[in-house]
Amino acid sequence: MRTKYYLISLALGALAVSQTGCKPGSGGAGSSELAGDAAQKVYVAPGTHDEFYSIVSGGFNGQVSVIGLPSGRTLKNIAVFSQHPENGWGYSEETKPMLNTSHGFIPWDDSHHIALSTTNSEHDGRWAFINGNNTPRIARISLSSFKTEEIIEIPNSGGNHSSPFITANTEYAVAGTRFSVPPDNVADVPISSFKQNFKGYISFISIDKETGRMGIKFQLKTPGVSYDLARAGKGKSADWFFFSTYNTEQASTLLEVNASQKDKDYILAVNWKKAEQYLAQGKGKKEPGSYTHNVWDEDTHMATSTLIKEVMTLDPKDCPDMLYFIPCPKSPHGCDVDPTGNYIVGSGKLAAVIPVFSFDKMQKAITSKAYDGEFDGIPILKYEEVLYGEVQKPGLGPLHTEFDGKGNAITSMFVSSELVRWNIEKLEIIDRVPTYYSVGHLSIPGGPTAKPHGKYVIAYNKITKDRYLPTGPELAHSAQLFDISGDKMKLLLDFPTTGEPHYAEAIPASLIKDNVRKIYELEKNKHPYAAKSEKETRIERKGKEVHIYMTTIRSHFAPDNIEGIKMGDEVYFHVTNLEQDWDVPHGFAVRGAQNAELLIMPGETQTYKWIPTRVGVTPFYCTDFCSALHQEMQGYIRVSPANSNVPLKWGLGNSPEAAAERAVAGK
Amino acid sequence: MKKTLWAVFFILILWGCGKGAKQREDSPEFDEEKMEKQEVIHGTEITEVILSNPLDAAMVKEGEEIYDMKCMSCHRLDETRIVGPGWAGITKRRTPVWLTNMITNVDIMLEEDPEAQKMLEECLIRMPNQNVSLDESRSIIEFMRKNDGEI
Repeated sequence: MRTKYYLISLALGALAVSQTGCKPGSGGAGSSELAGDAAQKVYVAPGTHDEFYSIVSGGFNGQVSVIGLPSGRTLKNIAVFSQHPENGWGYSEETKPMLNTSHGFIPWDDSHHIALSTTNSEHDGRWAFINGNNTPRIARISLSSFKTEEIIEIPNSGGNHSSPFITANTEYAVAGTRFSVPPDNVADVPISSFKQNFKGYISFISIDKETGRMGIKFQLKTPGVSYDLARAGKGKSADWFFFSTYNTEQASTLLEVNASQKDKDYILAVNWKKAEQYLAQGKGKKEPGSYTHNVWDEDTHMATSTLIKEVMTLDPKDCPDMLYFIPCPKSPHGCDVDPTGNYIVGSGKLAAVIPVFSFDKMQKAITSKAYDGEFDGIPILKYEEVLYGEVQKPGLGPLHTEFDGKGNAITSMFVSSELVRWNIEKLEIIDRVPTYYSVGHLSIPGGPTAKPHGKYVIAYNKITKDRYLPTGPELAHSAQLFDISGDKMKLLLDFPTTGEPHYAEAIPASLIKDNVRKIYELEKNKHPYAAKSEKETRIERKGKEVHIYMTTIRSHFAPDNIEGIKMGDEVYFHVTNLEQDWDVPHGFAVRGAQNAELLIMPGETQTYKWIPTRVGVTPFYCTDFCSALHQEMQGYIRVSPANSNVPLKWGLGNSPEAAAERAVAGK
Repeated sequence: MKKTLWAVFFILILWGCGKGAKQREDSPEFDEEKMEKQEVIHGTEITEVILSNPLDAAMVKEGEEIYDMKCMSCHRLDETRIVGPGWAGITKRRTPVWLTNMITNVDIMLEEDPEAQKMLEECLIRMPNQNVSLDESRSIIEFMRKNDGEI
């Protein structure tokens, strides 16, 4: 049946492609008249701006993309759990600590889910959070500087997938472990002892209201299952958090089969307010657990990394009425809460229905103790007592659900490759539209919040195939933008993405664009190695370390002639960009440096480490075309043998030859 | 760019179908001015700067500090031209209003002022907006006057 849908979709697609000239179309988005209409809807004229920012996870590139909607134009890629040779992130001395972990320096991760900060469950445009799945981490990105400001590692965790979803007022981000693991301090156990020794840790990361600063407030030691996705409640359910689970079979091998045995897994409902109360009552227990906390400072222009060695835990056994399991068919993936906070939509990726749970019914079931046994001491609520209803025959492989703010939900169907729109109260399917191909996450502007902005839905597809000009075996992941303002969803645009976008959130540009940082004010630059004037430029030798306090401005470095470096020295170029105008960065690179360039923003100081590998004169230059005299923006540094006695000296335009040239130029 | 080409492509197709006129009426509004001119304009034009005698020592000091941080890389205090012209004699050559606008409204000046445009042709580098406030620019002028021998 579903295969048929897929084939029909393919056939429609092929028909659209084969359409030519003025023949009337089948009504699909491929007919020329409608396509012209679509082109107008996504056309953003030169010099004008997109209506929405979309903050898009980069998946296996460990980054975040910023894409304008409806144009689909990529505006920026932000380095998060990655080095970025484009601007030196993770290469410069100041940024390296951001990628520090308890395992050492890790310049990569698998970034999955975006969570934009909210106030009362509505977008407030301050921060974006994203999880690192592989070496469990959560990052916070400023939506003023579009820069990663903080990364916190999660101990006792393996595969931070159920993350970083946030509570209504951004009190917490969460980190539910996808791979249950034995606790870090007693980790050497047989894999076959999964049921006894493995735990499903869920971490609650507090977020400071003013600064956004993160800290692990507590970890819940829940049974060893796989936590997949999560959403916080809203409004009346705001004290609760909902986590989908799979592998409640607790298999540790061939999960493809062994974790798909049960008809139902669970959604775990967590009363986090109650957890806070237990914590206040002293029910928490500090346990060993090593993790790093890396913080970027916008005044000193550098990051610090702190290793923390213990973590507060709460054992559900000491905390009754805090956790409840809700049965959910079958290996649920998405677990999404509607704008009112009453409906919780489970998407059983192997199920034939979409179950919709009612928060009100859940409260009643808890009060009346309508239990269906327990799982490792945690009560299981009766499915029927919590269920509002099921959407029948929605399609194959439901994964994720977002909301349009008009009482409808849109669910992505991976296997049948389509988006399905349905009415929440009536549980009736209204519309379906094919995607090309195999949609994963979907995103409606404001779709996970209490106030969806609606207008569009974007499908982030897992398979691209023939949608673009072929580029070898590896293809850009395809996204598709649909108009959802009318009764029917209409395909408007295909656009390629960077990495593998999992989740994305879109937010009106007006909530961000007027708060964007343009420069770093020199007066506020507190970098210890800043030279805030050419007067302050100098070189200091500390044994083998040579510190060069350098400045850049269009279009010269000061100093630009340096001598007295010896083999065996470690040279640190501390480069301050003296420009104070928007969009005037300078670049910096030295021949033979085992490093990436620096890209130094106006008023910023960044440090480039260089260990000379040979005797001689080495050029350095500006890598960012900055002015008509950019090609002249260069310098020389002389390296002498270790035993030489060439004195340390430096200058700018102060050689006799230069003075002569200047005299000529002055006339 | 691609979008533009696509739009043109579709409009051409629609013309072919005899429906072009209607489609064009529906097309989104173009703001020609925005498409061609998007320079960020800093501040508002200054028309009056009041000087006083003798020089204000505190302003001279502040002006020199700003000079060190934001001007010195390109302007020497003698007649030497580095990136921009040396400052010796500048208060004799330029009016305080012109200097203030050049410091605080450089984009407008380079767009509209013939003298500023002449400097750009000579130096080939747009004088940067160095994020200097109106009060700070007044201090810089006080420092320039000191540099030119006023007391």
